Amino acid sequence: MLRDAVRVLADERIAPRAAEIDRTAEFPWDVKELLASHDILSLPFPAEYGGLGGELLTVALAIEQISRVCATSGLILAVQELGALPLLLAGTDEQKQRWFPDLAAGRTLIAFALTEAEAGSDAASTRTRAVRDGDDWVIDGSKRFISQGSVADLVAVFAATETSDDTPRHKRLTCFIVEKGTAGFGVERVEHKMGIRGSPTAELGFHGVRVPDANRVGAPGEGFAIAMRTLDRSRPGIAAQAVGIAQGALDVAARYANERRQFGKPIAEFQMIQAMLADMDAGTEAARQLLYKACTEIESGSPDAARWSAMCKLVAGDNAMKVTTDAVQVLGGYGYIDEFPVERMMRDAKITQLYEGTQQIQRIVIARALAGRPD
Amino acid sequence: MHIVVLVKPVPDTASSGERLRPDNRLDRAAVPAVVNANDEYALEAALKLVEAHGGEVTVLTMAPSGATDTIRKALAMGATRGVLVTDEALAGSDIRSTVLVLAAALAGLEFDLVLAGVDTSDGQGGFVGPGVAVKAELPYLSYAAKIEPKPDDRLVTVRRISPTGYDVLESPMPALIACTQALGEPRYPSLKGIMAARSKEIVTKSLADLGLEPEGVGGAVATTEVVGSEAPPARAATRVVREAPDVAAREVVAFLAERRIV
Repeated sequence: MLRDAVRVLADERIAPRAAEIDRTAEFPWDVKELLASHDILSLPFPAEYGGLGGELLTVALAIEQISRVCATSGLILAVQELGALPLLLAGTDEQKQRWFPDLAAGRTLIAFALTEAEAGSDAASTRTRAVRDGDDWVIDGSKRFISQGSVADLVAVFAATETSDDTPRHKRLTCFIVEKGTAGFGVERVEHKMGIRGSPTAELGFHGVRVPDANRVGAPGEGFAIAMRTLDRSRPGIAAQAVGIAQGALDVAARYANERRQFGKPIAEFQMIQAMLADMDAGTEAARQLLYKACTEIESGSPDAARWSAMCKLVAGDNAMKVTTDAVQVLGGYGYIDEFPVERMMRDAKITQLYEGTQQIQRIVIARALAGRPD
Repeated sequence: MHIVVLVKPVPDTASSGERLRPDNRLDRAAVPAVVNANDEYALEAALKLVEAHGGEVTVLTMAPSGATDTIRKALAMGATRGVLVTDEALAGSDIRSTVLVLAAALAGLEFDLVLAGVDTSDGQGGFVGPGVAVKAELPYLSYAAKIEPKPDDRLVTVRRISPTGYDVLESPMPALIACTQALGEPRYPSLKGIMAARSKEIVTKSLADLGLEPEGVGGAVATTEVVGSEAPPARAATRVVREAPDVAAREVVAFLAERRIV
């Protein structure tokens, strides 16, 4: 029922905007308002803080349905969840009271800032520093490739607070919430991207940014663990985006194959096209079922959460890339031009193999889970 | 105010796959079930009434156990709770059995009004509402286009659609009202409503819970029988009038006059 409600909204209100969002590469504030007014942005937040208390699966269903028509729009919900997860997992009741009601209502947006120019897959090598000064912390450094970093009102920033060589690498980071408008904090630049073009990806600068200790999320040194637990719960959101993109491309390709006539019949009657469409459908359904299973496993507290989360993102991301590429193939020349949405979907699909951990990182996570398992 | 709405899950008419099984009973597996459209109008009216006067809406359904899905949709629209009467002995029930069961279920509920759709898109008998009213000894107000309760005076006024306009009926409460689509478009469930519905209560009752004997209801004692069904004849070719408005109007009028429609 929830999936159907979001699907109707996506088809009627978001789909007509998708091509323009991609072309102008402007953040779709109207879509953000639409998601807020239909309580979709409140799905990931607990009911006691003005949210709807949706489980991972519920949020994934919503992201999937929106991403089916517009990956940029689906990412608005995925990033709102991603940015809020550190607070959800490690924030105090006071912090949740302070920030969640506005986030749940969609009055404010939040971004997640872990990646740096020199610390991507190797997140523990973060160079951004935070130094304690009385009741405050002073943050210096910069963060790169931050989704929605330039439109967010709040940013969950990960900075090194323990720098002595005695401290293990994974115990050096601490998470802070930095609010837009804080002195010394600003957007350095917004990237020009291949896909998800309406979702601004920003470089954020921190020059002597002073935040009170009340903005610290979790204990000092706990930041890396919080970031990893966050990604365990947020990767299914990206998998959902990938499943949505793949389904959207498959829908367009299947419809086109039934309408396009060559050699006197619809191309859907040719076996080579049929085989492509069948593989696209089977792959997408397999990715979807793995995603749903991962959501319920993670939600029920599986000790294997990291593995489930990495597997669903790996499978869904690779499937989205393959299916969208094949969709362009089914449409032929028409797939390569912007008259049809599949070329956009193919460009959008690529990001799902890169962010929230590249596919190579997902494989490392899965392999580590295998190695650590008693047999 | 407490309002009970009688809700029936019916095959989705939009799917156009509605059909009977070889034994002439409805093939419920053929198409997904939805809330009967006229019942949705009744539910919308009930929700508006409790929004205006306070109170609760209970959805009452007699159906196979899978009907919790359609009840959940009614709860997502805003109903407070659901009551599902389900029992294997009810398979093949006709209107008579349905009336007995719903009237018995109502006896265990608190209410000021019972709202029912005027008929259902599958059975189209249109007799369950009045039947329940008779059995439960409630005043019956039919074809409602507007419902105005006066809770303090324990009275309800209904505009009943008539061939020439409407009649104004007044009755004491509790009463049973058969609802039409003139009451207004049903709302879409909001996300908030959908999430809230997940934790709302659906009480399941068996015949034994209602104090009814299985021998007295169901297909074996049905007094009516479906002996066959046929698809309606295919519609004749459509004639499209593409002339200018003044010419087209004359042609349409002539066409209708020829058939004595105007």
